[in-house]
Amino acid sequence: MTRQMTGAKMVVQALKDQGVDTVFGYPGGAVLPIYDEIFQQNGIRHYLVRHEQGAVHAAEGYARATGKPGVVLVTSGPGATNAVTGLTDALMDSIPLVVLTGQVPTFMIGSDAFQEADTVGITRPCTKHNWLVKDTDRLSGIIHEAFHVATSGRPGPVLVDIPKDVQFASGAYTEKTKVKVSHYQPQVKGDMETITQLVEAIETAERPVFYTGGGVINSGPGASQLLRELVEATGFPITSTLMGLGAYPASGKNWLGMLGMHGLYEANMSMHGCDLMINIGARFDDRITGRLDAFSPKSKKAHIDIDPSSINKVIKTDMPIIGDVGHVLEDVLKVWKARGRKVNREGLSKWWARIEEWRKVDCLKYKPSGQAIRPQYALDRLEALTKGRDRYICTEVGQHQMWAAQYLGFEDPNRWMTSGGLGTMGYGFPASIGVQVAHPDALVINVAGEASWLMNMQEMGTAVQYRLPVKQFILNNERLGMVRQWQELLHGERYSQSWSEALPDFVKLAEAFGAKGILCTDPADLDDAIMEMLDHDGPVIFDCLVEKHENCFPMIPSGEPHNKMLLGEASTKDAIGTKGAVMV
Amino acid sequence: MSALNIKKGSTKHSAYNLRPTFSDVQETHTLAVLVDNEPGVLARVIGLFSGRGYNIDSLTVAEVDHEGHTSRITIVTTGTPQVIEQIKAQLGRIVPVHEVHDLTVEGGSVERELALIKVEGAGDKRVEALRLADIFRAQVVDSTLESFVFQITGTPEKVDAFVDLMRPLGLLEVARTGVAALSRGM
Ligand SMILES: Cc1ncc(C[n+]2csc(CCOP(=O)(O)OP(=O)(O)O)c2C)c(N)n1
Ligand SMILES: [Mg+2]
Repeated sequence: MTRQMTGAKMVVQALKDQGVDTVFGYPGGAVLPIYDEIFQQNGIRHYLVRHEQGAVHAAEGYARATGKPGVVLVTSGPGATNAVTGLTDALMDSIPLVVLTGQVPTFMIGSDAFQEADTVGITRPCTKHNWLVKDTDRLSGIIHEAFHVATSGRPGPVLVDIPKDVQFASGAYTEKTKVKVSHYQPQVKGDMETITQLVEAIETAERPVFYTGGGVINSGPGASQLLRELVEATGFPITSTLMGLGAYPASGKNWLGMLGMHGLYEANMSMHGCDLMINIGARFDDRITGRLDAFSPKSKKAHIDIDPSSINKVIKTDMPIIGDVGHVLEDVLKVWKARGRKVNREGLSKWWARIEEWRKVDCLKYKPSGQAIRPQYALDRLEALTKGRDRYICTEVGQHQMWAAQYLGFEDPNRWMTSGGLGTMGYGFPASIGVQVAHPDALVINVAGEASWLMNMQEMGTAVQYRLPVKQFILNNERLGMVRQWQELLHGERYSQSWSEALPDFVKLAEAFGAKGILCTDPADLDDAIMEMLDHDGPVIFDCLVEKHENCFPMIPSGEPHNKMLLGEASTKDAIGTKGAVMV
Repeated sequence: MSALNIKKGSTKHSAYNLRPTFSDVQETHTLAVLVDNEPGVLARVIGLFSGRGYNIDSLTVAEVDHEGHTSRITIVTTGTPQVIEQIKAQLGRIVPVHEVHDLTVEGGSVERELALIKVEGAGDKRVEALRLADIFRAQVVDSTLESFVFQITGTPEKVDAFVDLMRPLGLLEVARTGVAALSRGM
């Protein structure tokens, strides 16, 4: 017997059948029937944000911290357009989201009705797929398919646009188990012949390196476990992109630290000098490769990725393996063990000796100052005082983000949420709300820059309303620091519009929202102030005034290869050539 | 500090894309893409090409299985081998896309296009147009005392050649379908 129900009820029923218990959203005329259904039930908790962009980032944080898809409900027109940045962010970072938008009634579509926008048209390039549902009978089937698409293969955001008359009308509910099998079934098993080639390369390589990315995290905790096993068993060094931090523990002995534009010296030099590069779930992003014709010139490259379009997109791959990281690593380990667990011990020990030399450069070295708090010091102290806790870290975008990636250690996957691909200022605060919703008892910290934080500061209301004790750790340099750094290095120290003027008093701002504010200006007070933040059972804005003209190093100037890094206080004069200057 | 005197066009594709490692030979390929005939599917395919900066030389689309609601899109595109590979992989990622075939590498294909061509003229020119149409096996599908509409089918090159010949004879308008293609053999 098929059940008849209204479209609005179907939405709630389908979400429940998909195991959803949390929705982030904001109401409006075109979704009122759905909000009415939400009012009349208990299984799904709705979190009212203060801006639809916040809802999408919160859902991203939730998704990344749980491995489950994040769900968003917003109204038509401005509700949908406000969600666009979040959708694009989730697409770039492969975060599974299901976004439901209201739409004007089907008979008014195309008439420039009040709050009408061509939502599927606008969001087509920033979703994995989207649907406009014109018939209530098809609604529940499409929602089930939407969850399938969002979470299969390379995860990503999907959107279902639901006109108001479709919500009011009655139709037949399609059970999750009765939905016709989708033809969308990405390949998860890798090609065994290429996997065997990779194992042969592992057996003989003199200077191997694992280069891992967000795909390991997306593949699930099992993939991180297999990665750890493979790294320990082979003894190979491992580095990771910004998105992949935590897949291998920062305390692991083979860990080289993050690579890329602001990556560690030893990580980038290993990438440059290796003879076997094993890319696992990363995509040769331009922040990673630097100059392409000088990228890791002497290596054979293997690339494991679930998305065939990632293969050979930027860098030519010798051993392409299309499949899910977890499945492929399992096969790699199986084959490698069956063939006798061989590695080139002699080559490896020489390679490690070279890496040790690079490590000695100690590229993250800095001198703590007695007067101003250096941002690196602030993060060192935050790390020391929160180590071992059940901790999740979010960030905004800018220098503070790179310092957080460099100075904080991640021991487990799903504990680090940052906007990598799109680099969205304003991501971190709402993301931290989503993480806290998923893990109410955990310590959730958003390492922020003052400028980024202001972009979604309205979410203080959300944090206070739901008693979410998120800690907003603002490294306040009163500058758009990353922009200022580029202007210093590239644009003759002409600091065009990169000052954060007229900043609010963050302590009073916190108090105005009914939260706690802490100001810290003196390195001597820092530990106590951080402890005060950690001990407070509620949301905190921590205004950490830091050194204003600090630069983020190491840095590969754009347009340069990995072995041309700028280090610490090294001279930066004329470091970026004119070719690099066109790249951002 | 370095002066910012960057020559216009000093990067080939975009600021991010310095691609010296791939061949820059341009190739033309014919792709057959089987898709669900659902609203927006053509916009997805075209949006992919415009969004990622790929070329479309020709594009045709029609439903080929009315029961299964599947359409066949035939795209002729030009790019470097690496770009062609990307186009295929990107097309394959679109959810309603079922199959992507590169007819150019899968053993070659038969390619045909249909064109309607309106020519005006009287006297010698009119006679000459008819004579050429006969040679090209174009049919007259409409005629008045001052004009003809010819229908011609053939490869795009044959259609081009015919259109070129009609130009001095009073060519008025051309409508072309774009290429339909099928792989040769089984
Ligand atoms: C929405 C958005 N607009 C602009 C930028 C460009 N941008 C990158 S970093 C940055 C400055 C960020 O300043 P702040 O948040 O204070 O961080 P800081 O670099 O000072 O640590 C800007 C403007 C961006 N990434 N996102
Ligand atoms: Mg700042």
